[in-house]
Amino acid sequence: MSIKKNVDLATSPKSIVQKKLEELGMKFCEEIDRGVFPTVQMRSRSISNIFYSPKYRQYILGKSKVTRSSRNIAHLRPFAQMVWTAYFVHELLKQKKTSTLRDVYYSAQAYDIFFKDQSESDDIITDLETVIEHPRESFNVFPEERSAVFGDLTIEYTVPGYEGRRMNLSSHPDGVMIGPALTDARFVKTSADKVIVVEKGAMFTRFVEEKVYERFNAILIYTAGQAPRSTRYFIRRLNRELGFPVYIFSDADPWGMHIAMVIISGSANAAHLRELTTPDAKWAGVWASDIINYKLPSEKLSEIDVKRLRELRNDPRYKDRHWQKQIDIFMKIKKKCELEAFSRYGLTHIVDRYLPERLKELGA
Amino acid sequence: MAGFTNPARSIFTSIRELVENSLDAADVARIPPEIYIRLSKDGDSDDTYTLRVADNGSGISPHHIPLAFGQFLFSSKYRLKQARGTFGLGGTMAILYGQITTNKPVKVISSTGKSLIVEYRLLIDIEKNRPIILDRKIHANPRAKSKRWRGTVVEIHLRGSYAQAMPKVLEYLKQTAMVNPYANIIFIDPRGRLYKFDRTVEKMPPPPKEINPHPYGVDVETLQRIMRSTTEDNMLKFMQKHFHRVGEKIARDFLKRAGISEDRDPKTLRPEEIVDLVEKMKEYDGFLPPEADCLSPLGEDLLREGVLKELEPEFVAVRQRKPSAYSGHPFIVEVAIAYGGKVPAKDDILLYRFANKIPLVYDESGDVCWKIVRSINWRRYNLTPNMPFAIIIHVCSTKIPYKTLGKEILADQLEVSREILNGIREVARQLARYLSRKERVKRQVRRLAVFSRYLPKIARFSAGLAGRRPPDISKLYQRKQVFKGFITSGKYVDSEIFDSHRYSVVFVHIQNKHKENPAAVRVLGLVNSKWEVLIPESTLTSGSEIYETLRGRYKAVKIQAKSLKPDKKSLIDAYIDGLSQ
Repeated sequence: MSIKKNVDLATSPKSIVQKKLEELGMKFCEEIDRGVFPTVQMRSRSISNIFYSPKYRQYILGKSKVTRSSRNIAHLRPFAQMVWTAYFVHELLKQKKTSTLRDVYYSAQAYDIFFKDQSESDDIITDLETVIEHPRESFNVFPEERSAVFGDLTIEYTVPGYEGRRMNLSSHPDGVMIGPALTDARFVKTSADKVIVVEKGAMFTRFVEEKVYERFNAILIYTAGQAPRSTRYFIRRLNRELGFPVYIFSDADPWGMHIAMVIISGSANAAHLRELTTPDAKWAGVWASDIINYKLPSEKLSEIDVKRLRELRNDPRYKDRHWQKQIDIFMKIKKKCELEAFSRYGLTHIVDRYLPERLKELGA
Repeated sequence: MAGFTNPARSIFTSIRELVENSLDAADVARIPPEIYIRLSKDGDSDDTYTLRVADNGSGISPHHIPLAFGQFLFSSKYRLKQARGTFGLGGTMAILYGQITTNKPVKVISSTGKSLIVEYRLLIDIEKNRPIILDRKIHANPRAKSKRWRGTVVEIHLRGSYAQAMPKVLEYLKQTAMVNPYANIIFIDPRGRLYKFDRTVEKMPPPPKEINPHPYGVDVETLQRIMRSTTEDNMLKFMQKHFHRVGEKIARDFLKRAGISEDRDPKTLRPEEIVDLVEKMKEYDGFLPPEADCLSPLGEDLLREGVLKELEPEFVAVRQRKPSAYSGHPFIVEVAIAYGGKVPAKDDILLYRFANKIPLVYDESGDVCWKIVRSINWRRYNLTPNMPFAIIIHVCSTKIPYKTLGKEILADQLEVSREILNGIREVARQLARYLSRKERVKRQVRRLAVFSRYLPKIARFSAGLAGRRPPDISKLYQRKQVFKGFITSGKYVDSEIFDSHRYSVVFVHIQNKHKENPAAVRVLGLVNSKWEVLIPESTLTSGSEIYETLRGRYKAVKIQAKSLKPDKKSLIDAYIDGLSQ
């Protein structure tokens, strides 16, 4: 399929973000001109203000707001740090450059702004996301972790120096890293009709080797554990812009379940952001019931696993019957297993038998 | 012999005994002491020394010298007053020790300030407890009274080890200087090094009065001595004349309770009756507590002076407790706490113990003072033992409750311990207040530093975002140094004026950076084109600072500073900060 309409989700927010940042700077300057200490308002990210929205199928922030004032000694330092961060990402956007969280942390020192550690600077970036109401990827700030994509999808770069250049995502057998350039690329052409997401590198490699992308017309994505935000954003684009269903395969344990859930419904940490979730994506396995049905080699659930399952059972994101049922089975059989467990029946068993059965079951 | 148990201790004790006699002699003469101590090696011998101690004290009349220095005198004296040593006894011990170890006589030179100076060379006849006069010389004192010498020089030869004794000797002299800030002390050690402790005050504490013993504190031996020497022939008069705070009424009541007839002649009391009488005295609850005018405490001013002089702390608090008594012996506890400055921070609290103006430098850990210091929860005062602070405890009494013969350890006497504990608590509270105030000032200064640090950055990066020139942050906050190393004079001088019309809160921070001299400062504000005093004259001692917040709107604010004492210049730094809204 060739994609005609350029739904330019990737680039349009950036000009909005840039404008919002400039307005923020102007507001502060005018306040100082009037002899008033600058303040900034944002939605509170405290736990009491985080709610699950059935409408958006993700966590969102409530109405409660916090004001950060430069008149307040305790706020002054983070205030200055945030103004600098705004200035820095504005420069990034202006010069069409990208940066990473770590890079932002180090860059501050050149401007005589100091962060205790990277987590302090990460927090300030989250503040700025909350104020501007756009994810940091729109500021051109990306995390370190990289995941990969493989499949028949031709993209066209929009980053400086590569504008107009095209590439097919099946051109490299190790997959293509999902970085800033790819996140912002335009989708041009594809023969695929679905997205398969796996959390494990070994499985991803197996899927590429076994030509899953051909056999199932799929774009394969490897998340390397919990999916980075740029990857979640990329999955959402594939789902929204191309209308592809998304199937997620992860380990059969509470942690694997949650990797799938964060792709579907987002995390509480990102409650201030939209556009990172893919509510229609499906957790395709490995389910607790698969451990029984496929007689998979398993391990005993640890105490921490059980504790985590109890938490998930009460988590509003897990309200759906299917999730609750899987949690019940986990608790009953007290067992867990990994994606690799299928190798017990031969290296290709998972691709030859499990995958087609599951996809069919899910109506793909 | 107690105090002469090893070569190091012998040197220490000899110096100590002779120095204490000298200090007592100066106290008697009411003259600020000048003590000169010289310890030198005898020839090429490794372990024999000559110790010479000279003072400007009362001197000893010529015919008393042989008895005072050449005999262990158990006097018939029973009246009491506070003194450092038992005059003669400790000194004589040092002389005897010297004689035993070197077989050399003591040389004593003394004058009471009259026309003669007498010089003796003496040995002690140990078996007969009698002085042997080897030599006696008479020198003339100058005719003019003002030029006459008065005082005593004692020179002994002794064996010992100065190398080992040195740390304790120096510590002893430093601490002696601490509780005798009115004394000049010079010490020349065997290596020819000079140690000089200069007086910082001329004033001496009031001298102690001699008093009768209190009935509670009398033992059989003392009572027998009094009875032998009394001229009274009935018990009623005897009780009144020889005992502290016993009047006719109390004497009558006591004798009635003790079952002794009022007109009994004291000389007729049988030994068992005397023993019984002592017991009855201790049991009787009608005696008045002893008065403290037989004591000569340092007083808070002198103690502060001494601590400042020898420890050079940043802060000192002193407290003299009310006189009290244990077993009929009056006592007064004085306590000081010194913090910061040159007080070193060690792993443990620095504790200085004194009894009757004598430093106690040996056998520390067994002392009740340590027990008390350990029992205190220092965290309540925001202190930890590794902070730079020292505690100074001075107990004075007609009878110091020593634990041992060596006179180095205070015993745990309930009444005394209680006073020490309460004294420490009082000064510790003062230190805690000082520290919290200091912390508050520091915090405030730091808070304001945050404004000057971050506001310019907020302005700069906001301007960068907006693409315009940075806004002027002085509308929000401004800091100005209005006095910079200003040297005060006798009259008030204005600082630079701080334009405060747009600020709702103004902070004033003034420091006196001078090492010694205090300053007087005040703060004025311009209201309706008139300068009004906002903070009235305040004293700023050396090294201290004040920090005040002014609320309300003033057109302008300024500081004025002058020397507190006209001829003593101080050094002032001052800042004014303004904050809008």
